[in-house]
Amino acid sequence: MLVKQLSVFLENKLGRLAEVTKILGEKDIDISALSIADTTDFGILRLIVNKPEEAEQILRENGIAVSCTNVIAIAVADKPGALAKVLQILDNVSIGIEYLYAFVGKNKDEALVIIKVEVPEKAVETLEKSGIRVLSSNEVYKL
Amino acid sequence: MKYWNEKYECMSRDEMTSVQSERLIKTVNRIYNNVPHYREKMQKIGLEPGDIKSIEDLPKLPFTNKQDLRDTYPYGLFAEPLSNVVRLHASSGTTGKQIVVGYTHKDLDSWADAMARTLVSVGTNKDSFVHNAYGYGLFTGALGVHYGAEKIGATVIPISGGNTKRQIQTMKDFGSTILACTPSYALFLIEVMEEMGIKKEELQLKAGVFGAEPWSLNMRSEIEEKLGILAIDIYGLSEIIGPGVSSECSCKSGLHVFEDHFVPEIINPETLEVLPPGSKGEIVFSTITKEAFPVLRYRTRDISSLNYETCACGRTLVRMNRVTGRSDDMLIIRGVNVFPSQIESVLLNFGEVAPHYQLIVDRIGNLDTLEVWVEMTPVLFSDEVKKLEDIERRIREEIDFILGISAKIKLVEPKTIERSEGKAKRVIDKRNL
Repeated sequence: MLVKQLSVFLENKLGRLAEVTKILGEKDIDISALSIADTTDFGILRLIVNKPEEAEQILRENGIAVSCTNVIAIAVADKPGALAKVLQILDNVSIGIEYLYAFVGKNKDEALVIIKVEVPEKAVETLEKSGIRVLSSNEVYKL
Repeated sequence: MKYWNEKYECMSRDEMTSVQSERLIKTVNRIYNNVPHYREKMQKIGLEPGDIKSIEDLPKLPFTNKQDLRDTYPYGLFAEPLSNVVRLHASSGTTGKQIVVGYTHKDLDSWADAMARTLVSVGTNKDSFVHNAYGYGLFTGALGVHYGAEKIGATVIPISGGNTKRQIQTMKDFGSTILACTPSYALFLIEVMEEMGIKKEELQLKAGVFGAEPWSLNMRSEIEEKLGILAIDIYGLSEIIGPGVSSECSCKSGLHVFEDHFVPEIINPETLEVLPPGSKGEIVFSTITKEAFPVLRYRTRDISSLNYETCACGRTLVRMNRVTGRSDDMLIIRGVNVFPSQIESVLLNFGEVAPHYQLIVDRIGNLDTLEVWVEMTPVLFSDEVKKLEDIERRIREEIDFILGISAKIKLVEPKTIERSEGKAKRVIDKRNL
């Protein structure tokens, strides 16, 4: 059920984000979700793409620091309080969230959210038991 | 008082040669008998104490390197029983291991004599108040100045480093006349004085002795003008004695080497041959009066040259020119000796091979800054900001622990650091020294 996310190290300087996305675009890699965490000096670009192994290889060949992390993709009803409900479920079993971000596009009347936790397997199990839809990796890569 | 020790400071070259010859012979004999490490080095090249008949034979002796000090750490090069050693000092080594040196009562006395000569050459006398803002401790700077000033009979204000506002208030209230500190600290004092609205006329300062780090002639003019003093360059290193190896006089045209204690040579750092007077090369010192920690032909790695002409001040002591660089990669940052290899050893703790790194040294305002750029590697990288920030913090703390200076750590992308022939350029020194 886990989805592979690519994390890319970027220095905070002009044109770096453009360059990384260009490299992926040229190799026909489709980005379906992304987020950037930044500090004064550097940023971490997090990407969900259609072909994660291939994309990782391409970035590495281009001398870019990249790593692959397992994350969870869930579908949340597009209405007030829906995300809070999911977060409460995880909180009840003491699963802390490292970070989360939403998808660029939208699936019908659902919002798609990427969540990074320390114990992804346990989180998936807990969420599914509580009736939250967790997306399979194949489903995500096709988005 | 023009000279502290006129006999030695103004003796003829013939007299000096004979003093040096007699003392060198004694030193070589003592070292050969008391220090196995030196004896083995001499035996290896088939040299016996009897082969050293005068100072002319100095080049026959083997060199001493920092590695010799490390190999024999802590007391292996001491030539006196430890019961006769009354003081230890230390300085940082290249891989975190420090270098320790020792002094007998007589050594402390020779040191005080050399520092008294230094201080007298800027006009220090019994009525002077010596404001000693070198850091007291294992570092030789402060105690060297301290004992030299006391020997003259001046009043020492042992204020040590830091607490700059109080320093300035003290200078004003106590009537400090001679300032002793690093040149960059002198510039910092000036800045804080300006902030406090204290004018140089409110102080009694007349002169200053500045050393422990390289400084430019521009820095000298600024210090002289803004404090209204005579500022001279002093030179020394713990391995030889500390400050007091050589010192400028008021003529400011080269540093007089106290060669009746410390004999200089200039060598080609590649071929190791001794170069004629006037040639630029690495300066090497042999101590000829020290008891506890004598060294023969110690390679300082400092680049200088020697001038044997009599100075306008009347001193006949050979003068060494201001140090213009290093024959190794050592940097002096805020008075602290820093080798890139020390940073590398810190980074080795963060992966099987040290990541590529570069040291960016700059002087912002009057303060040296050190930035360490570290190239991101798969081992270091994480998708979480807090883990990367944690790596920065750990590197910073480790460098602070080993070197005692704070550095800014900057994580950079792979292949950012320029490589020439596959080898990364380790240091960019933007200071104009």
